[in-house]
Amino acid sequence: MRAAMLPLTLARWLCGITATIAMAGAIAAPAYQAIPATGFVSVLATEKDAAPVSLAAFAMREEPVTNAEFLAFVAAHPQWRRDAVPTVFTDARYLAHWSAPEQLGAAALPDQPVTQVSWFAARAYCESEQARLPTWLEWERTAAASADTDDARGDPAWRRKLLDWYAQPSSRGLGSIGGEANLYGVRDLHALVWEWVDDYSALIVAPDSRDQGDPDRMKFCGEAALSLRDRDNYALLMRVAMLSSLKAANTTVNLGFRCARDLP
Amino acid sequence: MSLRTLVALVALALTCVLLALSPSVAARDLPADSLYRFDAALTDQDGTALRFAGGQGEPRLVSMFYANCPFMCPLLIDTIRRSERELTAAERTRLKILLVSFDARNDTPAALRALADQRQLDTPRWTLARAEAADVRSIAALLDIPFRELQDGHFSHAGVMVLLDGAGRAVARSDRMGKLDADFIAALRQVLGAPTGTQ
Repeated sequence: MRAAMLPLTLARWLCGITATIAMAGAIAAPAYQAIPATGFVSVLATEKDAAPVSLAAFAMREEPVTNAEFLAFVAAHPQWRRDAVPTVFTDARYLAHWSAPEQLGAAALPDQPVTQVSWFAARAYCESEQARLPTWLEWERTAAASADTDDARGDPAWRRKLLDWYAQPSSRGLGSIGGEANLYGVRDLHALVWEWVDDYSALIVAPDSRDQGDPDRMKFCGEAALSLRDRDNYALLMRVAMLSSLKAANTTVNLGFRCARDLP
Repeated sequence: MSLRTLVALVALALTCVLLALSPSVAARDLPADSLYRFDAALTDQDGTALRFAGGQGEPRLVSMFYANCPFMCPLLIDTIRRSERELTAAERTRLKILLVSFDARNDTPAALRALADQRQLDTPRWTLARAEAADVRSIAALLDIPFRELQDGHFSHAGVMVLLDGAGRAVARSDRMGKLDADFIAALRQVLGAPTGTQ
């Protein structure tokens, strides 16, 4: 037994950084909520009578990642400090609202969602949590649930509530996490920040645009948005349009993320 | 040596090998805007393992496609061919071409080899490669090639060629498919004429 302890201790010492990261993750384990499998018609579905897409069960992070959580990630993965990250992964505004590379300061409260993070940074964070970014379909399906129904998208009162948030001037500043839970226990999907999804690019695709078949129209075009289903759903369409306009290294003051996991 | 000791030693060795292989270590000397700051495992049309960042030291034309692609990808291959025909034979010999598949599920090495044979691609100067789905997203993001998987298994995507210099910087890109892009060809000539470590 004694002889076995020495190499173990050595291993922990030699690869101490890895162990520290793993332990830190275990202590502050964030909550994930199970989202059951379903058939779901996305706002992206282009045909009026689109059949529901079957979506497997997965787990969604209860809250967006906060400044405090991202600070711990940066401390454990210094290659993601704003003064160390390669420009290929982030633009110049990456974490620029923090007072120092490893300090939040007055403009970034610990329980506010982290913003000004790129898709690459968001992905790296989720990997550190043994998770991934959700797909758009997973995000939309989770965000369709109100406090008491799994799909509130057809409810005029629900739509008005969402639009009220989009009408708020962004100068009001960012709120903190801890909003009302939806049916699945997931919070703050709508009223706090925009959120990265794994397949953020090319969300808007016209029904006949497979392979961009017309050689004179090679690029994705805005008019495809007109073929989107359910045009009344402005809140979601604004989100789709915003995400589709981004590049993976971009950051914005209102754009954060949460992670998702496959269920066994 | 007890079994426990052996397990511990193996675990230590594996951990340290993984640490040594992590891209951040290998990427230290690259420019901050180098796409090779990211690395991923690829498999080519002959089943050979290679690395995305393994193209360091020589210019490389990179694009994305999938084998079961009815229109854009044949056009993309045609466009690359027409572009490289504008080069001198010496320049062409030095131009490496890497096409990474969107279709992680179906584009096995055998499927890639079949396409390479069908299109009579000059392998291994041309490389058709597959990557894991998560890495496909990263590579597409780095190259700024939007794509989306459709319900029927096809992919909607833009046709884009990106020219990387030996350090992995994107020095030119073109989305003019089916036509010659004079600016892109000029950039090819310039990069291929520049001295590199391989000459």
